[in-house]
Amino acid sequence: MSPVFDALDPVLRRHGYQAEALLEVLAAAQQIYGHLSPSLLRHVAGLLRLPLSRVQGTASFYHLFRLSPPPRHQCLVCTGTACHVQGAGLLFKALQTTLKQPWCELGSVRCIGSCSGGPLLVVDGDIWTHQTSATALAGLRKLEP
Amino acid sequence: MRSGLRFCTSTSCRSRGSEGLLQHCAAVARRGEAGLSVKGVGCLGPCSEGPLMVIDTEAGSRLMALEHSALESLPTELETTFSRGALIGWQPSGSREILPEEPFLALQRRLVLAQCGRIDPESLEEAEAAGAYLQLRRVLQENDPLAIIERVRRSGLRGRGGAGYPTGLKWAAVAAMPGDSKVVVCNADEGDPGAFMDRTVMEGDPHTLLEGMVIAAFAVGAERGWIYVRGEYPLAIERLRRGIEQARQSGWLGGSVGASGFRFDLELRVGAGAYVCGEETALIHSIEGRRGVPRPRPPFPAEQGVHGFPTLINNVETFANIPALLRLGLEAYGQGTKVFSLTGHVQRSGVVEVPMGTSLRTIVETMAGGPKNGHQIKAVQTGGPSGGCVPASHLDTPVDYESLRELGTIMGSGGMVVMDDTTDMVDLAAFFMAFCREESCGKCIPCRCGTVQLEILLRKLLAGQGTGSDLSQLESLCHTVKEASLCGLGQNAPNPVLSSLRHYRGDFLALLQRDRRP
Repeated sequence: MSPVFDALDPVLRRHGYQAEALLEVLAAAQQIYGHLSPSLLRHVAGLLRLPLSRVQGTASFYHLFRLSPPPRHQCLVCTGTACHVQGAGLLFKALQTTLKQPWCELGSVRCIGSCSGGPLLVVDGDIWTHQTSATALAGLRKLEP
Repeated sequence: MRSGLRFCTSTSCRSRGSEGLLQHCAAVARRGEAGLSVKGVGCLGPCSEGPLMVIDTEAGSRLMALEHSALESLPTELETTFSRGALIGWQPSGSREILPEEPFLALQRRLVLAQCGRIDPESLEEAEAAGAYLQLRRVLQENDPLAIIERVRRSGLRGRGGAGYPTGLKWAAVAAMPGDSKVVVCNADEGDPGAFMDRTVMEGDPHTLLEGMVIAAFAVGAERGWIYVRGEYPLAIERLRRGIEQARQSGWLGGSVGASGFRFDLELRVGAGAYVCGEETALIHSIEGRRGVPRPRPPFPAEQGVHGFPTLINNVETFANIPALLRLGLEAYGQGTKVFSLTGHVQRSGVVEVPMGTSLRTIVETMAGGPKNGHQIKAVQTGGPSGGCVPASHLDTPVDYESLRELGTIMGSGGMVVMDDTTDMVDLAAFFMAFCREESCGKCIPCRCGTVQLEILLRKLLAGQGTGSDLSQLESLCHTVKEASLCGLGQNAPNPVLSSLRHYRGDFLALLQRDRRP
C-alpha cells in the first residue's frame, strides 16, 4: 500500500492545486515529512497534475531540498566569504576528519549574513559564532550525550 | 520620549543571545510599574559589538554593546535600577557605550534604514507612527503614475542589486507596455556571500519595502506582485509574512489600496537555495515553480516576465529607497545612499548606510576602525563572486558605480569584505570559482565546464604545480567564459580571477616560481 500524505492536503488546497506553487508545496512537504521521498514526489506530481520528471527535476535542482532522510543532527559550516577569510575552510576540513558520528551530518551553507560572528556553524538551525574545531566538537558532543 | 530598552533582534545579535535577554527584560518590565517599554527592533548597525541594546530616556538614547557576562546580570540589574526609577546614567555591568559621535555611526546617512532599529518590525502601528505608507497615501491622492516615474528617473536612482540599471527607465519600460496585467517582483534573493543589507531591511523594517513596492506597482500599473526571498533567511521570511498580512488587513494591499480603487496584492515566494535565482530570468522561472534556469534576453522581463506578463523586477534596497526619495524630494535626496555590509578583517563590522560617493578609505579605515592590530589591509572585495578586489593602494576611490567598474570590480549589491595581509589572493580567487562552479545551473557549456576548468587551474597553481602556460590558459579561459556564457552568473564568474590577476599578479607569479625551486 502506498503511504498516505494527508498532512499535505491543506497546503495543496491553500495553493489551489496550482503547478506554480510547486516550490512552496515541496518546502512544506519537506518540513512535514523530513525529506522528499520518491513516493512523496509522486504524490505531489499527481495532485498538481505535473509529470514526475518535472517535480523530481525541480526538487533535485535546489540545494535546500533533501531527497534522503535527515540525520538526528545537522552541522553546517558557513562557507561565505567573510567566514572563509577567517578560517572556515580549515574548520570544515578539520571537522571532516574528526566528526565521524553517524548521528551528525556535516555540510556547508552559503552565507547566512551573520558575518561578524565568523567562522560560524549552523547546528540544527541555531547559529554558533566564533567556532574552532575544538569548540565545535565539544558542543556537538553535548547534543548526544 | 518614553523610557525603555530596545534590543536588536536581527540574526547576528540573536545568535549572541539577544532574544532571551529581550524576554527576560520584558518580564521585568511587566512586573514593574507601567511606563517602561521593552521591545525588539531591527539591526542597530555595529554587529560585531553585539548583542546591542539602546537605553531610551528623556535625556536621549544610548547605544550599548553588551558583553557575554551581561546576558546573565542585565535583567536583575534592570529590576533594581528601574525600581529606583531612573534609567538615566545607568551603565549596566559588562556593557560599553557606543557614542553617537563615533565615526561608525556619525558618518552614516540613514535613508533606507531610517526606521530600522527604532521601530518594532512586527508592529504596523509603530511603522505608521514613524511615517510608513504616508508617501503611498500621497501618491494615491495625486493619482499621477507618470509623474512618479518621472521623479524616480530624475533622481538618478539606479538598481541597488548589482547591475545598476537606471530604475526610472525600467519603470517607464514596464509602464509603456500594453495590457492590463502587469507584475512587480522584488528580488530578495540576496545570494552574494558576505552581503546582508537586504536581510537587514526585511528584518528591521518590512513596511518600508512593502510601501516602495506598492508605489512601484501603482506607477507601472501592476496588479500582482511577488517577493522572492532566500530560504536561508527564516527571520526575514517570518517578518515579511507578518508585514504582508498586516498590510492586507489595514488596506495597504488588496482590492482597493488605501480605499483608492487601485488593486494590488502580493505573495511571498521562498527560494530553496540556488544562487542563480538572483538572475532575473531564473528568478522568474523559480516564481513559476520551475527549475531556476535562466533564459536568453530579449525578451526582457519588462516585455515578458512572470507568466508572460510585463514584469518590473527591482531588489529590496531599490524599492526601500522609494519612500525616502518621494518624502525628501529630489534636491534633499541628492545622490542617495548605499547600504553596505561591512565584514572581514576590520575592528568593527556590521551594516552601514553611507552617502553615495563616500571613499572606501572612509568606510574601511575611519568607520570600521581599520585592520586588526598588527596587520595591514591588503584588499577590499566588493560585488561578491561577480565582483573583484580593490587593492589597498586605491582605497581613496569613491564608492560609486563608475569608479568601481574602472578598477575592474563592481558595486554589486553591497557586500564589502575587507582582507588583511594574511589573505592569499589566489586562494580567494579559487574560493569564488568553486562557488560559481557549484552554483552554475548547467544550462550553457561555457559556464558549466569553464568554471570547473578554471577551478582546476587555480588549484594547480595553489599546489605549486602550475606553469606559465597554465597561467596564460587561465587568463584566456576567463575571457572565453566571460564572453560566451548565457547569464550574469557565468559572464561574471571570471571577475574575481581577472581582478586578482590585475592587481596581484605577483601572487600568481610567486606560485610559479616555487615550481622552479629544486
